[in-house]
Amino acid sequence: MADTVKLTIDGHEVHAPAGMLVIDAAKLAGIEIPAFCYYEGLTLQAACRMCLVEVEKMPKLMTACTLPVAEGLVVRTETPQVAAARKYMLEFLLTNHPLDCPVCDKGGECELQDMAFRYGAGESRYNETKVHTPEKQYSPVVFFDAPRCILCYRCVRICNEGMGVNALGVVERGAVSEIAPNHGDHLECDECGACIDICPVGALTSGIYRYQTRPWEMTHVGTICTHCSDGCKTTLGTRNDRILRGNNRDRSGINGEFLCIKGRYGFDFYDHPDRLQAPLMRVNGKLEEVSWAQALAAVAEKFKQTIGAGTFGIVGSNHTTNEENYYLQKFARSVLGTNNIDHHRTGDVVTLVDALSGKSGALATVADLCERKAFLVLGADLALEHPLLSYQIRANYRHHQAHVYVVTPKAVREDKYAAATMRGRDYESLRDKLKAQPELVILFDDSYQGGELRKLVDFGESLGIPVRYVCLVDYANSRGAIDMGLTPELLPGYQPSGQSGLHLDEMLAAELSVLWVVGANPLENAARKSGFLVVQDLFLTETALQADIVLPAACAYEKNGTVTSGTGEVQRLKRAIETMGAKPDLEIIGFIAREMGAAAALGPWTPDAVFEEIRKNVRGYDVAMPALSTGGAAQTMPVNGRVAVPGPAGLVRSDRNGLFASGTLGRYSKVLNSVLESRLSR
Amino acid sequence: MTFSPQLEARFAKLLESYPAGRQRAAMIPMLLYAQDEIGSVTDELVEEVAQRVGVTPLQVNEVVSYYSMLHREARGKYHVQVCTNISCLLHDADQLLEHTCQKLGIENHGVTPDGQFSIEEVECMGACSWAPAIQVNYDYHHFVTPEKLDRLLDGLRKKQ
Ligand code: SF4
Ligand code: SF4
Ligand code: SF4
Ligand code: FES
Ligand code: FES
Repeated sequence: MADTVKLTIDGHEVHAPAGMLVIDAAKLAGIEIPAFCYYEGLTLQAACRMCLVEVEKMPKLMTACTLPVAEGLVVRTETPQVAAARKYMLEFLLTNHPLDCPVCDKGGECELQDMAFRYGAGESRYNETKVHTPEKQYSPVVFFDAPRCILCYRCVRICNEGMGVNALGVVERGAVSEIAPNHGDHLECDECGACIDICPVGALTSGIYRYQTRPWEMTHVGTICTHCSDGCKTTLGTRNDRILRGNNRDRSGINGEFLCIKGRYGFDFYDHPDRLQAPLMRVNGKLEEVSWAQALAAVAEKFKQTIGAGTFGIVGSNHTTNEENYYLQKFARSVLGTNNIDHHRTGDVVTLVDALSGKSGALATVADLCERKAFLVLGADLALEHPLLSYQIRANYRHHQAHVYVVTPKAVREDKYAAATMRGRDYESLRDKLKAQPELVILFDDSYQGGELRKLVDFGESLGIPVRYVCLVDYANSRGAIDMGLTPELLPGYQPSGQSGLHLDEMLAAELSVLWVVGANPLENAARKSGFLVVQDLFLTETALQADIVLPAACAYEKNGTVTSGTGEVQRLKRAIETMGAKPDLEIIGFIAREMGAAAALGPWTPDAVFEEIRKNVRGYDVAMPALSTGGAAQTMPVNGRVAVPGPAGLVRSDRNGLFASGTLGRYSKVLNSVLESRLSR
Repeated sequence: MTFSPQLEARFAKLLESYPAGRQRAAMIPMLLYAQDEIGSVTDELVEEVAQRVGVTPLQVNEVVSYYSMLHREARGKYHVQVCTNISCLLHDADQLLEHTCQKLGIENHGVTPDGQFSIEEVECMGACSWAPAIQVNYDYHHFVTPEKLDRLLDGLRKKQ
């Protein structure tokens, strides 16, 4: 092949695409060349000189991170000369280093430690007084310890290029240079923590994790962030049933190493002092703690009495798992005999799937956002509402110069590099420009629903190019709630339910005999009308406060199951910790069924069994198991059987959470409420 | 921020001298000229230049803090820069610096109370062949001895 060049690295013949850097070509041969400043996907820095290699016919050592491969190049990555050069570089990097590894958060997973160990740079000839500056706090999230910094610029580049925030810089010169925040003594940024995680040493540390543990004392569990619908994988570091940190350094999951503040630090709601750890029952007008047995018996009793004699309403959640949602609707329909089941819809997925029926491959994945050639962003401020999607499109622009068209009510971060920007909603005037693209992905929020959305799909389909869509929804399993039939008119897999039941607002307004709310807060600003109210939740929300029985639920990080991201990718939740007293909703629903003697009709309530049932029965969910079981994602292919669903106005509305809010759940996260920006953005 | 018409004209010319999209290249000369006019690089100037060349204020700050010719604090009307790098040092530049401080009655990095003089110890100015060298504002002075220095400073003092 013409664009492949042949070179030799440490005696191995390597065929690498032209233009590839030697440091990456070496990886093809399984050779790791040490690097601090080189970082895949970011601009080149060539600041650390750790990647020096010997190249035949070149007079001096070369930096493998900036040297492109060339035909016949002969590279040696570990000669005595190279080792000596690296050793001296390390000695140099350590001149002003405080050598405080025993108390440093990074100790044990520090790239500088690893290199010092590998090249034995254990001695220093530096006799001067070290330059030392005390550590600084730039925000509740970001701490900076200048003496540990090796000036690799990774943090600066990930913030500028990856996040598009430009919040960090390097000021001063030489031994006193240091990382500075954008607002004098503090940061005003996304508080994502990407700079902290990318730091090879312990110079940037997080207010959440610092001094909590040593890395090797933790267990690491890869699960899915429970906040927005982008579906980022977050690897939780836990110890003794406590979550100490979240990150995704192994780049598993659809998000690579991306996480926003919610996925990286916003797990902290789980041990909020207000967390419910025992069931509550209304006794003489007051909610009192009771045993699980008492509470479940009371619920079952009430449900049994009401079947056939009264009316039910069931409100499901945007956060509970597919299994829980499926089981809940099955319970409602087959045991309670009602289609009065709904949830807070945050995007008009139903109409999209309907408008696209008969077409395949029309739904974009997160990977598409990094690969497709053109994008049309409608309505949403992606960087704030869908941080991962925004990150992907930004990366796409950086690496492949994707054409991005922005039609939003307000200025957004995408404006900066957009091919065209427009305020308002007149996307149709972009027709000619869009038609000229080889392909397109359209992302739209809740301001495009019903007829407007059908118009949009017609527009997309009239362009004559392949178009894929992303219907933006708010929460971790907003999409799964719809797919699993938490709607009065549709069963799981968008099958008609026959006779539609009441919609969410109708249920709240009606005087139902029993209202059962699982993981939602529909009565946040309303008084209950139902005769009896059962609530499953983590906290005593406005809704739970009005309940007759409150059952303490486990959060996403305390259970197994699957969730479906806004892009329709199913991924597995893996239990990271257990919180005493709380139970997964699936188990709670199963126990209620058992108390009622209805368990046999519903089947087992283990996540695996229910997921098997989903795979068999829910159209689009017959996904391949290997990807899923190994922690990957599988895109579902929902099909709508052309069930026109004329939802009442106001049924679909996004909470527009932004970066520092997360519905009711966000109120219980200390970190989300502590950052300055969350106050500024309110 | 408003500048003199001459400076504005200079800025306009500067911004045109770089290819489209590379206007940030004008940052350093803009800062230098503006500093000469207003005496130092103020926060306001940082914001202004950032906005004019299309970068963040932090990026301007990175540059300002890197180059010693750009300074955030006001200096004397005559800024005396004494090189103490290797070639000059071999010609007793350390004593020259001490002498300068004594003569003006201020420390390194200080400014005389009347705002006329300031001193800064600097690294090599590229005048090694004529060491020891000093620089007063943009003017170089070579083979400097304490006596030559005294004459120079006395002359400048008279000129005020
Ligand atoms: S926390 Fe995120 S946005 Fe803030 S400085 Fe670090 S990388 Fe940039
Ligand atoms: S703080 Fe960390 S990531 Fe940033 S330059 Fe220093 S060592 Fe590199
Ligand atoms: S982008 Fe969404 S899914 Fe990803 S970490 Fe942030 S809140 Fe979680
Ligand atoms: S990795 Fe090549 S110079 Fe830093
Ligand atoms: S050492 Fe003083 S000018 Fe070069």
